[in-house]
Amino acid sequence: MKNIYMDYAATNPLHPEVLDAMMPYFKEDFANPLSVYEPAVKAKEAIENARQQVASLINAKPNEIIFTSSGAESNNFAIKGAALANQKKGKHIITTKIEHHSITNSARFMERSDFTVTYLPVDKYGIVSPESVKKAIMDETILISINHANSEIGTIEPIAEIAKIAKSKNIIFHTDAVASTGNIPVDVRELNVDLLSLSAHQFYGPKGASALYLKEGTRIMPLIYGGIQEGGRRAGTENVPAIVGMGKAAEMARENLTARIAHNIKLRDKIIRDVSSIEKVHLTGPIENRLPGHASFVVEYIEGEAMLLLLAANGIYAASGSACTSKALKASPVLTSIGIPSHMAHGSVVFTIGQEITEDDIDYFTDKFKTIIKRLREMSPIAQ
Amino acid sequence: MDTSDNLKFLTKPLHADATTDIIYMMCPIHLLTIAQKIKEIKVGQTLAVLTDYEGALEDIPAWCGTTGNDFLGVMEEPDHFKFFIKKLKESS
Repeated sequence: MKNIYMDYAATNPLHPEVLDAMMPYFKEDFANPLSVYEPAVKAKEAIENARQQVASLINAKPNEIIFTSSGAESNNFAIKGAALANQKKGKHIITTKIEHHSITNSARFMERSDFTVTYLPVDKYGIVSPESVKKAIMDETILISINHANSEIGTIEPIAEIAKIAKSKNIIFHTDAVASTGNIPVDVRELNVDLLSLSAHQFYGPKGASALYLKEGTRIMPLIYGGIQEGGRRAGTENVPAIVGMGKAAEMARENLTARIAHNIKLRDKIIRDVSSIEKVHLTGPIENRLPGHASFVVEYIEGEAMLLLLAANGIYAASGSACTSKALKASPVLTSIGIPSHMAHGSVVFTIGQEITEDDIDYFTDKFKTIIKRLREMSPIAQ
Repeated sequence: MDTSDNLKFLTKPLHADATTDIIYMMCPIHLLTIAQKIKEIKVGQTLAVLTDYEGALEDIPAWCGTTGNDFLGVMEEPDHFKFFIKKLKESS
């Protein structure tokens, strides 16, 4: 039996070269970067080198990169930190109904601290209309946060267009680019954003290393106080091996981005073509402006969990909506926001791929998936 | 928020055999916690859930409907909600 990992949106495998780059910092070069002796200086230099590599990936300056522990931390930092730092100007935040929980729950947290939040709707492809952003802006609006790409339905948002509106009103703009960075070109100057979240394990880096891009001159309130790490903006002894790994992964992503995109688009389109041909299976999200390695569907009359279990029994590992909502037996808010009825939303499956996947893998997968759908529908009373 | 049909507001608290406090936790912790805690009480007993998460007003009655448990009602306290759920069957 084959083993085909098709859940790259959850995490990527660590690239062997990235692991090689990290290893010395677990072993001989373990010193605390804040110390003054030679091994510590070496660790500090390794962090600064990684900062340069990450900055290059998104066309930022090194001093605009703050290392964090996760995409969720970067998103919490962006929302809470930017809102609290600017609350004297106003207490209104704009975001969307299809953000990651780390954005929506941070926004809800701000609501408990006397902020008001507008959650913008999206169209049937998950696209946020720049016009709706314009209409939602009030005098008190201080922060707008909209995901660059959505990990459940693959939609790439018109961020540059929306950020332009925010800039014209002097409102801070954040984008959650965790799902996009390393998978499509991400250029903070072209996007014209003030804050941007990215995470290493979405582009073959390690878990435990992420970053927040903070445009020079943008004010933020730290979430973690303590030492002077990250210029006092994020205290705590650095996870040096993970940061080094993030740097290496960023460098490789930048060098190989074009080839990675071409590979992923080719196989993604094959999945979309093959799976969409199955009766009563619908692509979710757009065909154009879609993440290269992302194919998501709703399958009528079948529960997503049942499909995942049978796929896994055939060595195929995929996802159903966001991990947290599926565990809570709740229809994904992303799918209901794009107009998919709640009963159909439970039949969601998301296949996300990377460089290790081949055409043969996709043929094997499609063959198994068709059989699984047929079998589950035969067992389903509502499919008859 | 679609809460009108099955949301019962209480004026007095009900007896609870177990209470779980998840104030400050957010979606979907309330649903995962209930799923766990309901396993720890007997059929016929009542679980009280303390939460300040407003989404629970929609989610908890819906969860009870999906899982076949009885949503007895919710009390509004000054800074949180207190939900009462009666366990009707062993969860799968």
